[in-house]
Amino acid sequence: MALDSKIPSGPISDKWTNYKDHINLVNPANKRNIDIIVVGTGLAGSSAAATLAELGYNVKTFCFQDSPRRAHSIAAQGGINAAKNYQGDGDSTFRLFYDTIKGGDYRSREANVHRLAEVSTNIIDQCVMQGVPLAREYGGLLDNRSFGGTLVARTFYAKGQTGQQLLLGAYSAMNRQIGRGKIKSFARHEMLDLVVVGGKARGIIARDLVSGEIERHSAHAVVIASGGYGNVFFLSTYAMGSNATAAWKIHKKGAFFANPCYTQIHPTCIPVSGDHQSKLTLMSESLRNDGRIWVPAKLEDAKAIREGKKKPTDLSEEERDYYLERRYPSFGNLAPRDISSRAAKERCDAGFGVNKTGEAVYLDFADAIQRYGKEQAFVKGLDANDKALIIKLGRAVVASKYGNLFQMYEKIVDEDPYTSPMMIYPAVHYTMGGTWVDYNLQTTIPGCFSIGESNFSDHGANRLGASALMQGLADGYFVLPYTIGDYLAPEIKTGPISTDLPEFVEAEKKVKAQIEQFINNKGTKSVDYFHKKLGKIMWNNVGMARNAKGLTDAIEEIAALREEFYKEVRVPGTADSFNPELAKAGRVADFLELGELFAKDALHRNESCGGHFREEYQTEDGEAQRDDENFAYVAAWEYKGKPSDAVLHKEPLIYENIKLATRSYK
Amino acid sequence: MANNSLLKSSIAKKVAMALSGLFLISFLSLHFFINLISVFSADTFNFMSHFMGYNPVIQFVMQPVLVAGVIFHFVMGFVLELKNRSARPIKYTNYNGAANASWASRNMIISGLVVLAFLGLHMYDFWFQEMIYKYVDVNAIEETRYFPELVHKFESPVRTGLYCVAFVLLALHLWHGFNSSFQSVGFDNKYAKALHKLGYSFAIIVPFGFIFIALFHHFNQI
Amino acid sequence: MKLKLKIWRQPNAKSSGKIVDYFVDGIESDMSFLEMLDILNEDLIQKGEDTVAFDHDCREGICGSCSLFINGEAHGPDRGIPTCQLHMRMFKDGDEIYIEPFRAKAFPIIKDLVVDRSSFDRIQQAGGFVSINTSGNPVDANTIPIPKHDADRAFDAATCIGCGACVATCKNSSAMLFVAAKVSQYALLPQGKVEATDRVLNMVAQMDAEGFGNCTNTGACEVECPKGISLETIARMNREYLSASLKG
Repeated sequence: MALDSKIPSGPISDKWTNYKDHINLVNPANKRNIDIIVVGTGLAGSSAAATLAELGYNVKTFCFQDSPRRAHSIAAQGGINAAKNYQGDGDSTFRLFYDTIKGGDYRSREANVHRLAEVSTNIIDQCVMQGVPLAREYGGLLDNRSFGGTLVARTFYAKGQTGQQLLLGAYSAMNRQIGRGKIKSFARHEMLDLVVVGGKARGIIARDLVSGEIERHSAHAVVIASGGYGNVFFLSTYAMGSNATAAWKIHKKGAFFANPCYTQIHPTCIPVSGDHQSKLTLMSESLRNDGRIWVPAKLEDAKAIREGKKKPTDLSEEERDYYLERRYPSFGNLAPRDISSRAAKERCDAGFGVNKTGEAVYLDFADAIQRYGKEQAFVKGLDANDKALIIKLGRAVVASKYGNLFQMYEKIVDEDPYTSPMMIYPAVHYTMGGTWVDYNLQTTIPGCFSIGESNFSDHGANRLGASALMQGLADGYFVLPYTIGDYLAPEIKTGPISTDLPEFVEAEKKVKAQIEQFINNKGTKSVDYFHKKLGKIMWNNVGMARNAKGLTDAIEEIAALREEFYKEVRVPGTADSFNPELAKAGRVADFLELGELFAKDALHRNESCGGHFREEYQTEDGEAQRDDENFAYVAAWEYKGKPSDAVLHKEPLIYENIKLATRSYK
Repeated sequence: MANNSLLKSSIAKKVAMALSGLFLISFLSLHFFINLISVFSADTFNFMSHFMGYNPVIQFVMQPVLVAGVIFHFVMGFVLELKNRSARPIKYTNYNGAANASWASRNMIISGLVVLAFLGLHMYDFWFQEMIYKYVDVNAIEETRYFPELVHKFESPVRTGLYCVAFVLLALHLWHGFNSSFQSVGFDNKYAKALHKLGYSFAIIVPFGFIFIALFHHFNQI
Repeated sequence: MKLKLKIWRQPNAKSSGKIVDYFVDGIESDMSFLEMLDILNEDLIQKGEDTVAFDHDCREGICGSCSLFINGEAHGPDRGIPTCQLHMRMFKDGDEIYIEPFRAKAFPIIKDLVVDRSSFDRIQQAGGFVSINTSGNPVDANTIPIPKHDADRAFDAATCIGCGACVATCKNSSAMLFVAAKVSQYALLPQGKVEATDRVLNMVAQMDAEGFGNCTNTGACEVECPKGISLETIARMNREYLSASLKG
């Protein structure tokens, strides 16, 4: 099957407008007769659900959390990009488009990214009208800050909880439609299979997580907005419940899975403290606006610090190595995430790590405190030579900008980041890969759409900071509501879809069989045991640096672990009750397949690009070495029964507007 | 389309509690002022008491309003307490209320009931007998009887003791109630801080002032 | 460290529950409270017993899922954080720890420590939004300047994570702080002014219908709120409600 990306013809800046002008529309009276299922209620899902309901469709939303508002988009801290150019620093739609393509290491689809840049400004307008309290300047207008991989300040934010504020905005729009009866919200429900009838997505099988009941829901289209699959690593900044089950189930029903190996490892997370750890906590990239990253310049100092014989504040400027500023002078501490992460790993691998495990670097605010302190002293006409005063004033400014992050750090690490630099280390944060979709955001199954992080399209091999919120809301508010109409226009003839169709019966039977299998399995090990083991394999072999041998090993090990899992897993409780272990078992079963495909994809991609770094393919100074001649394509995998049998389909990436070039942030 | 149900809603009840409480506070202030006079001048006290006792506006307009206010505040307080208890059918095994709220704020029903019980005694002592004196026995007007009656009441150490205890509880009731009533009506502006201080001062000064007066007369019997 | 846990166990909404004693060993001070429960559950699985169900998701203090009443306090003894950010360094070897669900008629128990907080969703469905179309073409964001002071206060109110600690800790099980935070956020912004009257009346009516208790201004909610939502929001809602009622 040849992949058709359905990119409209014409100049890039007119594609979306022309496309919208010519698509099929559904008559308002007919929309009432069309049902749409949205799985996942993060930024993409809730914005899509609200907009589709507002257009007149009947929407059902599903989320495993106890309320749509708790989807993990809520945890996004730093901000959302938009090409508003409010700062007058030379931003434009084209520049955002260019930065995103370059940031993604030339592995994303031009037409999709340009559309994203175009609608980015609408998102801000929309959210402000909804009452989202974005940060403002004293003049009452919106404030911006700067994020990695760009040379302009185009990031809008709401202190350290931009995600929560944007999600609550989308959730409020959803609530309005729930109140009007246009959305039916199913919380504490998990989609366990997609039902395909006559080649088209016609519904889902879901489990009510409270009663354990298996339900059938039919619809004219199914939208998957279930987020990314980073929890395949077990330890990540994802929520504990974040899972790939919906995305993986549609993959098994015919949706191609694209670029699974493109994973974002975020450079600034709180380091792992021990084996008991269940979760990693991000420290927003916005901190890199003011924080400077360093390790000791001398190995003996690093050793002394690890052993507790020296403190970071004991080291003079000359004894420190601000390695990002040294290696990437023009972007410095705001180098993109993949590059910053690898640089941290490189220093730690070389023995310069600063915590007990040797896997941490410093993020230091001492300079920022001095700078802001002096500024404030000047503004307030106070003595700029009073050291204590400068520190006090500077800390107040830093607290007003990042106070909640500093508090979070102190609660977790039990150390005051105002006096001693933060310790950070990279951690899994986002997956750029996901379900393959065409320009309409439709998967290879007609009627099944995939939006937000669960699709693959916009971030290429590396996502720039503050772009995920932008993409989620762009897809949900402004893209899908148009493109889905084009698919649904002929669907008005379909009429109501019965859930008694044999395809529903069959899908339900399979779901129930798997649940029974888990409950009745006479194993001895918990689901977490397998999940942690999978995570270790992934992190060690398919993490920040990969090589052919490690990947080959990983593929074997994961397959073996999967086999052991089905033999040895123990799931307590019953099928017909609230049973978190049972829900976890299903998710880990899917991760155990996805992980293998992930490694397989990484092994086949004989180049380094963005978050995918193959040790065999690097330049002399350790930078990623792309191979545009052989790998400028999207790798879309077709399910054939086992991950090892998956068939590769290639969608060539054609760059008509941006010249392919070696990415440089020096 | 709004559901306007001012008299049924929780906030309306809360405001009604606040307003009736504030009304009782204003009465308490007046009462305190007159009692305080008794410490300084028996004649002025007699004069004021007589005025209060025989002015028709006070007797036939203010007095019924006051009684209604007391009954309303009590009944509403009780109704709310029952409703609030039913909002948590299964209690916590371990509930550390002291960790986040003052004793006074958590036990308004207790301080309120003690004050109410005291009001019963107080009514029996003063108001009830005054009513019999004036309207049942229809005694002649005697403008100088109030001060000796007052002093005489505080002769008994038991009664004075009860009086003191009741006023400590009243102080606790006011400690929370005064400021709470302003919060309930939504008072929150640049004067709020000053008002808070006033509230706490009132809760101390007035009840302990009453206690002082009681003890003063107890130890200065005629 | 070694701990004695006294945990509320209740198989489902219909059956009754009780406190059951458990012991955990090898707990380190760097662990989070929920990781301590993970260890307990791992033990229970090994023993073939049903695990203790508790709500949790992001484990970084923002999703508002976690909802434990620990030693008599919502989210435990630490301040300014939900349960997931509570660390074991707040406890010491040999401690006895009570772990109960958030209790209120409006938060019925689903299982063990898991409660149903959908009443919060319904309150917001009653009016916690600005009625503008999402697919429309709104005006440029900067055409509505908002004084920084107002925007900041609206943000402070909007930081509510909807965990329900205010209800759990309130002796009256009142949801006033939660509702007031939502009402305040919109009341402070020009976008929210248009529907202010209906919003406050409808949200309060829904709050009452859900069976929450009345606010008696004890202030416990403000102390226990992981996001430090201020009692000022309640005063503001009272004001908004009174003026809305008078308008009709």
